Amino acid sequence: MLAKMMSYFLLGLIRVLTGSQARWHGCPPKAEQRIYFANHQSHADLVMIWAALPKELRSVTRAIAAKDYWTKTPFKKWLTSAVFNVIYVSRDRTSDEDPLEPLFDALQNGDSIILFPEGTRGFTGEPQPFKAGLYNLALKYPNVVLVPAWINNVQHVLPKGEVVPVPVLCSVTFGAPMQLGAGEDRRAFLERARAAVVALRDV
Amino acid sequence: MFQMYYYLKNLSPTQQVGMLFVTIFGLLLLASVGAFLLSVREHADEARADFWRKELKSLDAMLRTSWLMVLVFWIGWAAGDWVALTLFAIVSFFALREFLTLSPTRLGDHRSLVLAFFVVLPVQYALVGGGHFDMFTVFIPVYVFLALPLASALANDPLRFLERSAKLQWGIMVCIYGMSHVPAILMLKFPGYEGRSAFMVFFLVAVVQVCMVTQHIAAQRMRRKPIAPAISQSFNWDSWGLGVLVGSLFGALLAGITPWVPGTAFAAAFIACSAGGLGHFVMKALKRDRGIPNWGAEGQSVTGAGGLLDRVDALCFAAPVFFHSARWYFGV
Repeated sequence: MLAKMMSYFLLGLIRVLTGSQARWHGCPPKAEQRIYFANHQSHADLVMIWAALPKELRSVTRAIAAKDYWTKTPFKKWLTSAVFNVIYVSRDRTSDEDPLEPLFDALQNGDSIILFPEGTRGFTGEPQPFKAGLYNLALKYPNVVLVPAWINNVQHVLPKGEVVPVPVLCSVTFGAPMQLGAGEDRRAFLERARAAVVALRDV
Repeated sequence: MFQMYYYLKNLSPTQQVGMLFVTIFGLLLLASVGAFLLSVREHADEARADFWRKELKSLDAMLRTSWLMVLVFWIGWAAGDWVALTLFAIVSFFALREFLTLSPTRLGDHRSLVLAFFVVLPVQYALVGGGHFDMFTVFIPVYVFLALPLASALANDPLRFLERSAKLQWGIMVCIYGMSHVPAILMLKFPGYEGRSAFMVFFLVAVVQVCMVTQHIAAQRMRRKPIAPAISQSFNWDSWGLGVLVGSLFGALLAGITPWVPGTAFAAAFIACSAGGLGHFVMKALKRDRGIPNWGAEGQSVTGAGGLLDRVDALCFAAPVFFHSARWYFGV
């Protein structure tokens, strides 16, 4: 109940602050299993992309969050687990298990996921090089549709280290789905995926 | 005709305002039905049909804005001054959001932006609501003028500092200061005109809207040489003058709902319309600077701006000029 109210509150807030406009350029919103991958500049990114999705897709689309950061306080943990139902991934490599294991579980369940392949929030306009996770997922689940997305302007809403957000119009542009080519090299694929995200900046 | 005039004049203020809204809602309803009937009409050839579709689309957009404006007024009037104030504050908020989205700021401006949206805006409207005329007219040009650049300077980022501060100050002047003068008219106390200030707000908005629509149509039909083609392809003195003239004449017609005789109403409308038309032109220059034709150009804007500012910018410039000239001249 509380979680539901919180999610409506956050949705309303992000709409008032940013307009949270979705622009479906390369594909329509559709109930198929997808991996959305986008640039990452602010905490508001997650809410942005989530608010841009139609209501029906929101419940089956889960974001990835860093375990160490988002489980630090009880509030952060509640926010990410009860409200957003995120998938936790640990960033440190002390554990023996594959860090992508929780993602495999989610995809096995038929959930769609939201991935920020840069791994951390960037400061500059240009996205950082993508981490290998996206490639590994694409390799293991070739049937899941990969959709690039560009989140515009959101770094101005809530820059790293600030608490009070300011209203700025933002948009999320979803591009044409892409696929891992047969025998495509990891570096080449990640570079291509990053280019697909960056290309959406100017459409 | 005169009987009708005296009948209206002798109604109580509440009844008069009610009549006004009934008339306007009726006219809008007629226009909307007309637009709908036009939209279902069959056309012989494709080119004509296409032409009509485009015309109807802009007509539709204009009608929708008008419906929204009248609805806002109606709610504001029915629910009291504070609700009207809140509604205008919300318009200010969204207009400023559009303005600042297209004037990129740096991270160092974050604190001043927070101040602008969450402190300056509510305080300005609260001052208007409290009727503190001497404070709300200087609050932004004097106090905020120092406070916001200070917040930005404390962020320790000198890059393009003057440009950033100027943009923020301008946005606040237009979207908060200018806009807040529209509901401020509600607080003016003309002698013998108690309870009817809502008419004055309506008067201002109506004459400016009529002036802008006339100017827009005149510029399209007359096709005169633009004065400053690099800034606006359509702005010329002839269509501007025609817009102002028609707006002022409309103002004189509305004299019955103001505390003024037709001559005075004409002059007041003239001042508001001139300021509005020129202000719209100034905002065009600003948009050109940002390299966009409209704040919310459909399909082109990455920002998702709804183009609210395109519709209200004339009003933002007209309102302070109208307010202060009326207040100075009539000593209210």
